[in-house]
Amino acid sequence: MLELDGLSARFGERHAVDRVSLTIAEGELVSILGPSGSGKTTLLRLIAGLERPSEGRVVLDGRDLADVPAHRRGIGLMFQDFALFPHRDVGANVAFGLRMQGLQAGVIRGRVAEVLELVGLPGIERRAVATLSGGEQQRVALARAIAPQPRLLMLDEPMGSLDRALRDRLPLELRAIFEKLGITVLYVTHDQEEAFAVADRTVVLREGRVEADGSPEELWARPPTAFVARFLGFHNVADGEVRDGFAITPWANLPVHGDVPAGRATLLVRSDALRIADVGPIHGVVTARRFRGDHMLLTVTVGEAPSLEVEVPVGSAHKVGDAVELAVDPGAIVVLPQSEGPGTPPG
Amino acid sequence: MDVNRPALSRRAAILLAVPPLAFLALFFAWPVLSIVATGLAPDGRLDLAVLPQTWSQPFVLQLLAFTLGLAVASTLLTVLVGMPAAFVFARFDFRGRRTLRALATVPFILPTVVVASAFLALLGPRSPINAALEGLFGLARPPIRLDGSVWAILLASVFYNVAVVLRLVGGLWSHLDPRAEEAARVLGATPWRAFREVTWPLLRPAVASAASIVFLFTVTSFGLVLLLGGPGQSTLEVEIYRQTALLLDLPVAAALAILQIGGVFVLLLLYARYQERLAVEQRLRPSADTARPPRTRGERTLVGGVLGGLFLLLGLPLIVLVERSLATPGGYSLAWYQGLWELPARGGSFVPPVDAIRNSLSFATATLLLAGTLGVMAALVVGYRRGWLARGFDALVMLPLGTSAVTVGFGFIVALDQPPLDLRTSPLLIPIAHSLIAIPFVMRAIVPVARSIDPRLREAAAVLGAGPRRVWREVDAPILARAALVGAGFAFAVSLGEFGATLFIARPDTPTIPVAVARLLSLPGDVTFGQAMAMSTVLMLLTAAAILAIERLRGAGPEPF
Repeated sequence: MLELDGLSARFGERHAVDRVSLTIAEGELVSILGPSGSGKTTLLRLIAGLERPSEGRVVLDGRDLADVPAHRRGIGLMFQDFALFPHRDVGANVAFGLRMQGLQAGVIRGRVAEVLELVGLPGIERRAVATLSGGEQQRVALARAIAPQPRLLMLDEPMGSLDRALRDRLPLELRAIFEKLGITVLYVTHDQEEAFAVADRTVVLREGRVEADGSPEELWARPPTAFVARFLGFHNVADGEVRDGFAITPWANLPVHGDVPAGRATLLVRSDALRIADVGPIHGVVTARRFRGDHMLLTVTVGEAPSLEVEVPVGSAHKVGDAVELAVDPGAIVVLPQSEGPGTPPG
Repeated sequence: MDVNRPALSRRAAILLAVPPLAFLALFFAWPVLSIVATGLAPDGRLDLAVLPQTWSQPFVLQLLAFTLGLAVASTLLTVLVGMPAAFVFARFDFRGRRTLRALATVPFILPTVVVASAFLALLGPRSPINAALEGLFGLARPPIRLDGSVWAILLASVFYNVAVVLRLVGGLWSHLDPRAEEAARVLGATPWRAFREVTWPLLRPAVASAASIVFLFTVTSFGLVLLLGGPGQSTLEVEIYRQTALLLDLPVAAALAILQIGGVFVLLLLYARYQERLAVEQRLRPSADTARPPRTRGERTLVGGVLGGLFLLLGLPLIVLVERSLATPGGYSLAWYQGLWELPARGGSFVPPVDAIRNSLSFATATLLLAGTLGVMAALVVGYRRGWLARGFDALVMLPLGTSAVTVGFGFIVALDQPPLDLRTSPLLIPIAHSLIAIPFVMRAIVPVARSIDPRLREAAAVLGAGPRRVWREVDAPILARAALVGAGFAFAVSLGEFGATLFIARPDTPTIPVAVARLLSLPGDVTFGQAMAMSTVLMLLTAAAILAIERLRGAGPEPF
């Protein structure tokens, strides 16, 4: 239903959004993931018609939106920090889009009540916006965005200012609401857990460009670039070379499956694929240990090479300063295409 | 790139700017130019030599020195007195804080005539303090005679202007995040150091803008100096009045007026520039979150001391004013008030003083409507457009506020008494003159609100389906409406108190309250003095009512100026 075709926005010299092309199908739940400054918000604003693209097209249901102003696009947008109207009460905020459609007062009242019920805040129409808690504001903003029944709903960091407990629970509730509405959703966030929880498909943005596009499972199993791997929280990433069934890494020469093509590559070793063994190819020293609830995470320094993170059971006795040897499962080494840059996500 | 351009198109801005500009051209530029022309070409031939001749006269240099010295001294004094008060009201929460803060604003809106009356009552020969001292020590003459001294003018000026500092500096202060200062403290700064390094740089723009306003007000102050100053203590403004009204020396008056207009215009341009730089969108916190009750003994002493000092400075003169209005030779009574209904025994007025109250109220209502309309138009232009054109327009609209009211008043007499514009008998003449001064107040009440509207609110409305006009009607208009009401309240209060211009243009049978008070004060005797006090009290109560209404309307919006 939504097609972005070479969409770019240039602010001065800088490309906030750089030749983004995406096709989003009816009813799809898509999250846009990226560090701050990667152009996520600008992308939403371009689609909403709040910014004008310097190049490229936004096509909604086969119609080029270039000359359609924001107020005629019929796209729902939930703003970062919500942008609720401070001079209107909750009911009037939610009713706003419906009034713009010229609906009758009775119809509007019914719909407002219905939407507030849906977001779990029934009967708060008369409350002043200033008296709402952060979580309530978020729900009212959502109610306001979905009340006019947009076919495409975009959310810009909707969890931005909420506390941890809410951030864990709300993505699931949001997802339930989206599925109930059968609506197409673009969900912008910088938090990969949130992105994976809410959406069926995740688009990773980096410096205005699409760096990855796939289902959470795919991205997790095979991050397409070193940047994506690091952004998803993988630590053990390094440049190396594949030759004769071995990956030559800064840590050691590690065995890989025979079907991996030879040549220079970026290599990812999952922390849960490394284990401490009596004899192993990697020799290092434990330099830090962190308790992670269901496991311990050891940082192991291997000479001059980048440090490795290794998952071990909670009871394990390895202390900082211990010399250890690490073994690795050949199938657990992910060979990524050679990265173009340093691949470190900012922040 | 942003599609949501300023909510006002260039075309609309020009259309909106026309009525205020026409009004200014007709009722400000034309009268002022007329009087300047009258001064420079008395015989119809231009005589520019009068300018340097006048400006180099020793008495003009003395005048200039006194005017600037007085302005500098009262600005410094006002800031010194106002800063601790601003601090206490911004950072501490105590019972009655809102009410006290509103009350502390009352003097600023009080007509100069009331202020002068109050200080005459407090420091003059009829002061109850004097009476007590005379009785105590058996003195034959009143020991305190501060009326007619620079000290009376300075004190009255601080009384009058301290609210500017309290409002402007305290207003910003109360919205500053205290955590910034706390962060500095945690990093090892002493309280004073934290103030100097963190809070002061953030406050400085507000202090500078408060100081420039106080400076401007004292430079053009008329009523205080006229009624409180003694011989030889003349400012430019009073001298322009003396030269035109008493000595009828128009060339000299014109030369002085030109000097004043030029200086004030430069000041206003600087101020407008500064304002634009101030319009950085900084994230302010609701003032309710930044204040806390005083905790330590030192804090309680500070709050108590500041409130006590404010009471002595702001409360005592007004209380003595009311006391004097009730003190009749036979003890306390309402005799002076009853006297307001009678025609005065001696000359000076053709109507009973009470008529002045009716006149003032109807003039103020007309001013509210006229200045409200034109001020909203001007505010939209200045609030929504950027660049030098908008800035120049801003300065033009502010100009009458800084121009000698006396010059404007006399200009009205000279320019508007003959065809094509003969308004001598028009009842609109006074509201027009008052509007010149009230429009800047309306504009300044609205502009900061217009500039502070979060652009994302407009975007949210647009995304929800509101077209540009609808966005304007649904988002901007309701937010601005409240500010416009506040501005209109200011217009009403300004009209009630205006003195300098009205003194010239009020017809003998339609005086306003301030004019009536000045007439009563100019007559000798206990009866007229008592009636002047009674009349001033009435004016004070009317103004206070207007201010309380404004305060209720204002709510928690940004401060004007």
